[in-house]
Amino acid sequence: MQKKVFDDSIEYFQVMDENGAIDQALFPKEVTDQKIVEMYKWMAFARALDAKALSLQRQGRIATYAPLVGQEGEQVGSALALGQNDYFVPNFRQHGVFLVRGAPIDKIVLGWRGYEDGGAVPKGFNALAVAVPVATQLPHAAGLAFALMQRKNGGAVLGYVGDGGTSEGDFYESLNFAGAKKVPLVILIEDNEWAISVPRSEQTAAQTLAQKAMAAGIKGVQVDGNDVIGVYKVVKDALDEARKGNPMLVEVLTYRMSMHTTADDPTKYRSDAEVEAWKNKDPLLRVRKYLQSKNLWDDTKEQQMQDDQRKKIDDAVAVAESFKEDPTSMFQNIYSFMPEVLNDELEEAKEAGFWQTGAQ
Amino acid sequence: MMANMVTALNNAHDLIMKENDKVVVLGEDVAKDGGVFRVTDGLFQKYGPNRVLDTPLAESSIIGTAIGMAIGGLRPIAEIQFAGFMLLGFSQLLNHAARYRARTRSTLTVPMIVRTPVSGGVRTLEHHSDSPETYYSHIGGLIVVEPSNPYDAKGLLIRAAHMNDPVVFLEPTKLYRLFKQEIPDEMYEVPIGKANIVQAGDDLTIIANGTMVPVVKDAVAKKGTNAEIIDLRTINPLDETTIIESAKKTGRVMIVHEASLSFGLGAEVAARIAEKAIFELDAPVMRVAAPSLPYPQPGYEKYFVPNTEKVSQAIDKIMSV
Ligand SMILES: Cc1ncc(C[n+]2csc(CCOP(=O)(O)OP(=O)(O)O)c2C)c(N)n1
Ligand SMILES: [Mg+2]
Repeated sequence: MQKKVFDDSIEYFQVMDENGAIDQALFPKEVTDQKIVEMYKWMAFARALDAKALSLQRQGRIATYAPLVGQEGEQVGSALALGQNDYFVPNFRQHGVFLVRGAPIDKIVLGWRGYEDGGAVPKGFNALAVAVPVATQLPHAAGLAFALMQRKNGGAVLGYVGDGGTSEGDFYESLNFAGAKKVPLVILIEDNEWAISVPRSEQTAAQTLAQKAMAAGIKGVQVDGNDVIGVYKVVKDALDEARKGNPMLVEVLTYRMSMHTTADDPTKYRSDAEVEAWKNKDPLLRVRKYLQSKNLWDDTKEQQMQDDQRKKIDDAVAVAESFKEDPTSMFQNIYSFMPEVLNDELEEAKEAGFWQTGAQ
Repeated sequence: MMANMVTALNNAHDLIMKENDKVVVLGEDVAKDGGVFRVTDGLFQKYGPNRVLDTPLAESSIIGTAIGMAIGGLRPIAEIQFAGFMLLGFSQLLNHAARYRARTRSTLTVPMIVRTPVSGGVRTLEHHSDSPETYYSHIGGLIVVEPSNPYDAKGLLIRAAHMNDPVVFLEPTKLYRLFKQEIPDEMYEVPIGKANIVQAGDDLTIIANGTMVPVVKDAVAKKGTNAEIIDLRTINPLDETTIIESAKKTGRVMIVHEASLSFGLGAEVAARIAEKAIFELDAPVMRVAAPSLPYPQPGYEKYFVPNTEKVSQAIDKIMSV
């Protein structure tokens, strides 16, 4: 005997196209014009902060930095889709999500300057810490979702990962746990076409990354990642589904417009023409076109917004740069108590002034 | 040729690949990009996609497939982008690479090299600065090597490629481009299991590895101490003979490593000296290392990594006993 025992397909969503035209059938009713203005401002804010970070890095004022430019649409859209009790679980490029969710900008900058003090989570800020090892944060996201489910607080978890990250075991294991235990988890893949120098097409033979959900018995969808409204809708619907016990995988299709990090040279492995072509799909451009066509935006408003955002960023950088480091904090945040042997090491270091004076 | 550690390693790869067509290089971004530190630069263009593989982003499978390739008759050289991410392949290394020979009574062996940048001092992100030499040395079965200069880097990599064992090859990021050295153009081996006496001396023995070798040299020069400096070069198996002979000669021993103090390399070296040379010592063995806590983010690393000042103060202390 031979028969088909499994069949599935992947759907792709786009609400606003590159020219700012809207698919009314998919348009979420709660999105007012005011909300679209808000989305636009957040995207511009994320881009301005990103540009500032790059210039700070070039001046040696922050450590290695991973730019987000080009990915503002998916980061803002998904962050705005989160509800009051929802959590997000970042990898390392989600500065835009931190910003929209209300992380203090000076703390974001302090983290970039290389201080754990910037990673201290403000009370009521529902997020885990930046995770540098790719995809290792996703099991935490699945476990956190299980905890929220048990505590019945109605919250869901949105975990972020890159296209490259979908090759790691932790990615599959998290999807599988989520499906098996029916936890309120959505994993969002920022498919930006590149994992450092490895293109999406060489990362896997799978036609879509969304279909990786199927092996875990959960649902996967694709959305235009440069369509902020589309991402907002798809992620919001996915979080609602997850809350009902149906975890989901969302693949957002976007593009890493800049270098992988400030330590990377993309001219070694990709063409300028490829980057140029993606400029037409810019997530801000299409929203601005839409807003201008409805007389909701003009150059004066743009200027005001930029001035306002620049001031907020500059003020935050000044606060971050006035931070007084305290090396004893390294020792005081390792255990819930101070072991005697560690305290001995701390005392010795203090006595020697942490060996910071020049050698005699 | 004049070479820094990156060009020395790159040249070693080229010679090894030319010599033996069973050698394959694999890892994240090692092909077109030439590795994020450019150690494998140009190899893809020269040897093609069957011998230089950009793998999917998955460390456990990089190390696991390398084990399979090695058992299957190839000689893989795997690159793990940073030491912190090698932990995702820890199971493959300790559960399999280290034990295959024992498990099969030497009928199936794993001739492979896993290279990774280690240690800090270069202001980078979390997990990019760890010093993991003892993790891989502890259970036995894995050879662990760590050069501190371009000459040793090339010779040790070539030696490792000629052995029939799994070798963990640790490359201090800070030393990649710190200085250049004249090295032979042709193939040569630096023995594995043999420490290097960097400088002979009578009053004090200082044993160091990786990033701490230049720090120790600097401190000794500044203090003008008549110290014998030993660069371990191979962490496992340890060159006990050189250590004990020097300890007996000078009567004072200090061990300096960047990895955290507790349960570190210093403990192992000190224990061996205690067992074999304690009655010939004039002072207790001393350890200089980073504090017993995980490597901090770059803002605090200058307070964490042992520096010249810390080693100098330790020299004063041990010489005053
Ligand atoms: C486990 C692990 N391996 C390797 C790295 C080094 N690394 C940092 S980002 C990256 C590529 C990530 O690509 P992707 O998941 O597509 O995310 P993107 O950088 O495009 O946002 C690599 C290999 C890492 N951080 N963690
Ligand atoms: Mg990517």
